[in-house]
Amino acid sequence: MSLGRVYAISEKEARYILRDPRSLAVTTLLPLVLLVLFGYAINFDVREISLAVFDPDSTPVSRDLVQALTRTEYFRLVRMLPDVNDAEHALASGQAKAVVVIPTGFGADLAAGRTVSVQSLINGSDSLTASIALGYLEGMLQDWSLRYMKTQLPRDSVQIPITPKVRIWFNEDLSSVLFITPGLIVVILIMLAALLTSQTIVRERERGTMEGLIVSPITAREILLGKLLPYVVIALADVVLVAAAGRLLFDVPLRGNPIILLALLLIYLLSALGLGLLISSIARSQQVAYLMALIGTLLPTILLTGFIFPVSSMPDALRAAVQLHPATHFMIIARSMSLKGASFGVVLPRALALLSITIGVIALTVSRFRKTL
Amino acid sequence: MTSGTAIDVRGLTKRFGDFIAVDTVSFNIPRGEVFGLLGPNGAGKSTTIRMLCGILLPSAGSGTVAGHDILDEPEAVRSRIGYMSQRFSLYLDLTIGENLEFYGGIYSLNRAQLQERKRWALEMAGLQAREQQLTEDLPAGLRQRLALGCALLHQPEVVFLDEPTAGADPMSRRQFWDVIYRLRAEGATTLVSTHYMDEAERCDRLGFIFAGQLVAIDRPDDLKRAQRAGVIVEVACDRPAAAVETLERTDGIRQARLHGAGIHVSPAVADGAVNAVLAILERHGFSVERAETVEPSLDDIFVSFIQESEERPEAATP
Repeated sequence: MSLGRVYAISEKEARYILRDPRSLAVTTLLPLVLLVLFGYAINFDVREISLAVFDPDSTPVSRDLVQALTRTEYFRLVRMLPDVNDAEHALASGQAKAVVVIPTGFGADLAAGRTVSVQSLINGSDSLTASIALGYLEGMLQDWSLRYMKTQLPRDSVQIPITPKVRIWFNEDLSSVLFITPGLIVVILIMLAALLTSQTIVRERERGTMEGLIVSPITAREILLGKLLPYVVIALADVVLVAAAGRLLFDVPLRGNPIILLALLLIYLLSALGLGLLISSIARSQQVAYLMALIGTLLPTILLTGFIFPVSSMPDALRAAVQLHPATHFMIIARSMSLKGASFGVVLPRALALLSITIGVIALTVSRFRKTL
Repeated sequence: MTSGTAIDVRGLTKRFGDFIAVDTVSFNIPRGEVFGLLGPNGAGKSTTIRMLCGILLPSAGSGTVAGHDILDEPEAVRSRIGYMSQRFSLYLDLTIGENLEFYGGIYSLNRAQLQERKRWALEMAGLQAREQQLTEDLPAGLRQRLALGCALLHQPEVVFLDEPTAGADPMSRRQFWDVIYRLRAEGATTLVSTHYMDEAERCDRLGFIFAGQLVAIDRPDDLKRAQRAGVIVEVACDRPAAAVETLERTDGIRQARLHGAGIHVSPAVADGAVNAVLAILERHGFSVERAETVEPSLDDIFVSFIQESEERPEAATP
């Protein structure tokens, strides 16, 4: 291995990148645009659920319940229904996602110490929103009845055996942005890194400059290494850019050791850059390489690596298969280290899996790439 | 440095599926020679050169270049050869200087060597003071010379030029040949392919290649002197194209073809050739202005070799 020849390739590649403003723009702006788009678009937090109420009781007590429900940011009162039969129409027309029906004599029955049923109707066609709305409603009705008992009934006449005191750790507000953004960075980086190197070898073949390399004493490994190095620098610069944007725009914390995270990130990037080189040495044209790198990284990474859908709920065969995907492991590392502040020991098994995959990809690339046309 | 063998080829063959691009070609080129491969497009010139440079793997046969086996020691061969093709290996989005520096880098030239050779290449290509210019902006002729400069940067012992002057203007072609002669003076060996007859005459020795086979190999003068072309009768007459057709249909005429404004005819029998040709043409009503025997040109010889190899039964094919 001659470092001089490796340097010649790297220098030439760097000059090419710097001279091509379009590809430079793609490598810096694309990750930012994607981060902003996905960061704002992918949001699982359910707020402002439209709510209709039928309250024939209309006592101070029933009005207090309605107020308690709609005071929060979770529900927004869209309509007081004049008739119970309007409930179906309100749901079907999409006017309201949930309807609460308070029975006649609600206030009086409560005052008499009788149990009252409050009917809640929820539009279940969007199952995700429905189950969240259901949870909110149940919780709020329970809250309200506890409060009612404490204020209206004589002190110590009721004993509640368990009062749950739930505290959520690591993402205290259960904000989905904090869950999505580290994963999003993982997705963006693998796509970008694979795209970067996917062009570099097939371009030499397409433009006929590969012949000049073939007849020269440079070896296949020197070409690969020389082509890899400048893109490692670019990919690391993108990491800093995207991480800084994630921090500024979405307040994504970094609680783990940044040096260790950066080292693991580098291993992750190498697997993606190696994949790009592999694609570039197989593909017949730059367009084919571009599409292979784009679709080959983006789709499986978004769908299969736990970015949105948990790996643990996948069928066994698929779950085993996605262990071969570097992002499956790095997704966990990134989330644990940014949100939980996990130590190196905790992520070590994932780090080892990631390292093995990276070595595998690089070995495959070296064995596939030959100095031929 | 000018003794010994630079290129030795034995039974070199390349098949692409059923098509035989190069068919058991053997030749030997001593050091310091300018050797020309002459043949029409698709005859196998490029394929032969590409096998010797290690771009293509031969289907059969073997060879040594600069004393090293092309199959067993490809790396040793690569550091000793320079190669320039019709499709120049230049990076169009790099400047002239950057292209030279890149090739200097992959041939492991040190800083001092690089500076000296860069100056040499820029001067040779007539590109001094244009180092900063993008290669893309150069006209084709200058690109060709820059590509030659890149191929010669590391002072190779053996130089392969695959139709280096294709599409170049006469002035550029002359300058190219000046460079080739300078290389010879410095002891380098050159294998150049061409389909220009005038260029072929400038080579020390020539190989005629046709349909993948090396049909003749000798010095240009000896090839001309050889009697294989027989007598050439140059005829000036009316309707030359029709006259060629008539002659080709006639027994006793080996070959007839247009040559400039007239016709070159090669009759089977040398004795009384002029009269025989005149008789045929007058019988068919052509008015002949002039008919005389001439010294065969390299063109005539090449055509006669091709015809001979076409007439030969397919015994040579394995």
